[in-house]
Amino acid sequence: MGLRIGVYVCHCGVNIAATVDVEAVTRFALGLPSVAIARDYTYMCSDPGQALIKEDIKKFGLTKVVVASCSPMMHEPTFRGTIQEAGLNPYCLEMANIREQCSWVHEEEEEATRKAIQLVAAAVDKAFLLEPLEERRVAVTSAALVIGGGIAGMQAALDIANAGFQVYLVEKEPRLGGHLAQLDKTFPTLEPVAPLLAEEIREVEGHPNIDLLTSAEVIGLEGYIGNFKVNVTDQATIRELKVGTILVATGYDLFDARLKPEYGYGIYEKVITGLEFERLVSLSGSRKFWVNGKEPQDVLFIQCVGSRDKSVGQEYCSRICCMYTAKQALLVKEMLPQARVTVLYMDVRAYGKGFEEFYDQVRGEGVLYRRGNPSEIYKNGKRLIVRVEDTLLGEPVQLEADLVVLATGITPRRDSPKIANLLKLPRSPDGFFMEAHPKLRPVDTVTEGIYLAGCCQGPKDIPDTVTQAKAAAASAMIPLCQGQVKVEAVTSIIDEELCSGCGICAEMCVYDALSLHERKGVMTINEVLCKGCGACAAACPSKAIKLSHFTPAQILAQVDALV
Amino acid sequence: MNEDFEPKIVAFLCNWCAYVGADLAGTSRIQYPPNVRIIRMMCSGAVDPVYVIKPLLDGADGVLIGGCHPGDCHYQEGNYKARRRVAILKNILRQMGFDEERIWLRWISASEGQVFAETVTAMVKALKEKGPNPLKELWGT
Repeated sequence: MGLRIGVYVCHCGVNIAATVDVEAVTRFALGLPSVAIARDYTYMCSDPGQALIKEDIKKFGLTKVVVASCSPMMHEPTFRGTIQEAGLNPYCLEMANIREQCSWVHEEEEEATRKAIQLVAAAVDKAFLLEPLEERRVAVTSAALVIGGGIAGMQAALDIANAGFQVYLVEKEPRLGGHLAQLDKTFPTLEPVAPLLAEEIREVEGHPNIDLLTSAEVIGLEGYIGNFKVNVTDQATIRELKVGTILVATGYDLFDARLKPEYGYGIYEKVITGLEFERLVSLSGSRKFWVNGKEPQDVLFIQCVGSRDKSVGQEYCSRICCMYTAKQALLVKEMLPQARVTVLYMDVRAYGKGFEEFYDQVRGEGVLYRRGNPSEIYKNGKRLIVRVEDTLLGEPVQLEADLVVLATGITPRRDSPKIANLLKLPRSPDGFFMEAHPKLRPVDTVTEGIYLAGCCQGPKDIPDTVTQAKAAAASAMIPLCQGQVKVEAVTSIIDEELCSGCGICAEMCVYDALSLHERKGVMTINEVLCKGCGACAAACPSKAIKLSHFTPAQILAQVDALV
Repeated sequence: MNEDFEPKIVAFLCNWCAYVGADLAGTSRIQYPPNVRIIRMMCSGAVDPVYVIKPLLDGADGVLIGGCHPGDCHYQEGNYKARRRVAILKNILRQMGFDEERIWLRWISASEGQVFAETVTAMVKALKEKGPNPLKELWGT
């Protein structure tokens, strides 16, 4: 039996069908030689849609399948699974992206349909040349590395260790706790942090499955999911750790309030940051605190310092400042009931569980919220003068204060470019590490086997951080539980008859996957190390190497169909 | 400039950045001219010079290569390899009398849907100003 290709054109409801004449595309596909069957259907990815493909594979003896629908980023794994269930090799699938790269970006039906037809033709021509690939599996080292000993890293380490796996927890500082160790009480429940943290640290330090490395840094990484080799140094010695998965929980830095010089931070002693305020109340034992040798009469909080502020390159909301400001304002009211406490805000974002109720409670206790961003702070005698436009009254006002507290936002760690480079993690435009998919893969990264937790991925409060840490721990345990992982089936292949053993390819390979076979005098490839980037194939002067699934013949067939 | 002339562009986009950026243009419904045909590559560093020359001989008016921003390559440094390779290719083509400005190499991240759409729009405009690729005539395709 010859080659028989099935083509399936998806309407995606109206997402494709409203712009592309899917029936015309299907008719075109039916007319192609080697196409045994072509159909269009409302949702190919639905169960009945997939059933259609599976039935046809059996009925028509299809050898290759082309699905013209959304991006392969979306449903390639789905349809690979579909054809595999019907007995085909999963790599005998080719997708034509007629939604993201056609119907959604073009309005004119005739042009969009013509483009969709060409994309399907190219996919069929490539499918014609596709070859089955073997999905290989390698054993997984049954241990995980957690980078960062803040609350995210500690929680993740505990979860993985409690499940019975070995965990290496690496923390840069001499002790655990991260930023949490610098806080006095949590919002909105006003629970003291110290006992909560002490318990967590005690558990981590005493856990038989956790190997704790403090004052230590990761300085090198090689390998791949299941078999990472990590070099960690404590400045004196270098230790090599072997782990199956890596969880990144490196945390954040606070916005440097000096970048907003109009607020006078670093100039006036009584302009402090929220974190410095935590230390102040923590040292006072939460009874009373003093400013200039007496109880302050006016305490003023300023929100969104380094958040939602394009002028300092911080477009995003830091998510924690509204609530920590409310908490700190309430603490002042409790300690010093006679003091006037004012919060200057842009918008109050009280989105979490119990947040709105807490905000109400804080205002009920007499904390005054005024809407506006100060333009300037200066000193008059011992007191600070804050000039601000009250945007609800629509008029400029001057407020006096004994103490000004700046709600500084969360920024990516200043060393995050270094970490990103070391672990090959992409960063989103805001500078935080980027998750593989914002909705469906929020703790995964594009590098398989590396996961994210906590504020290194974006600003979040303690409950969200712990939630993400537990999610990342669960994800990082999947390969450990499976004991083996699939490795990339797409790799480079060497044609020994053409290879002259010149070694240009080995110079191109960053994974050291290529080496000279001493007796044969040709290059050989370590398929486990090969990541399938194709750099060697493009460089080979005698075209002895090709990248499977993206062979020159396949790509030039696509070119022919598209030009 | 011939207003009726619609240039054909073949784009080789890397799987991790530029291709995802093109998908994001779609998800964000950013409209751009339908003149571009995308071929998915694993890495811009895998774009063989032949892949660039072949469509130009066969009648494409321009070739776009899209990769990750410098420093962001999924394979560590494939985009640098692409950059060197394209620079050399352009140099050779220029010496052979070919207009190397028909070949565009651009860095487009997974979050830059807008940049992808703007790149295609700008390339279509630039190619309209240049007119059809003369190689088409020469080779009689």
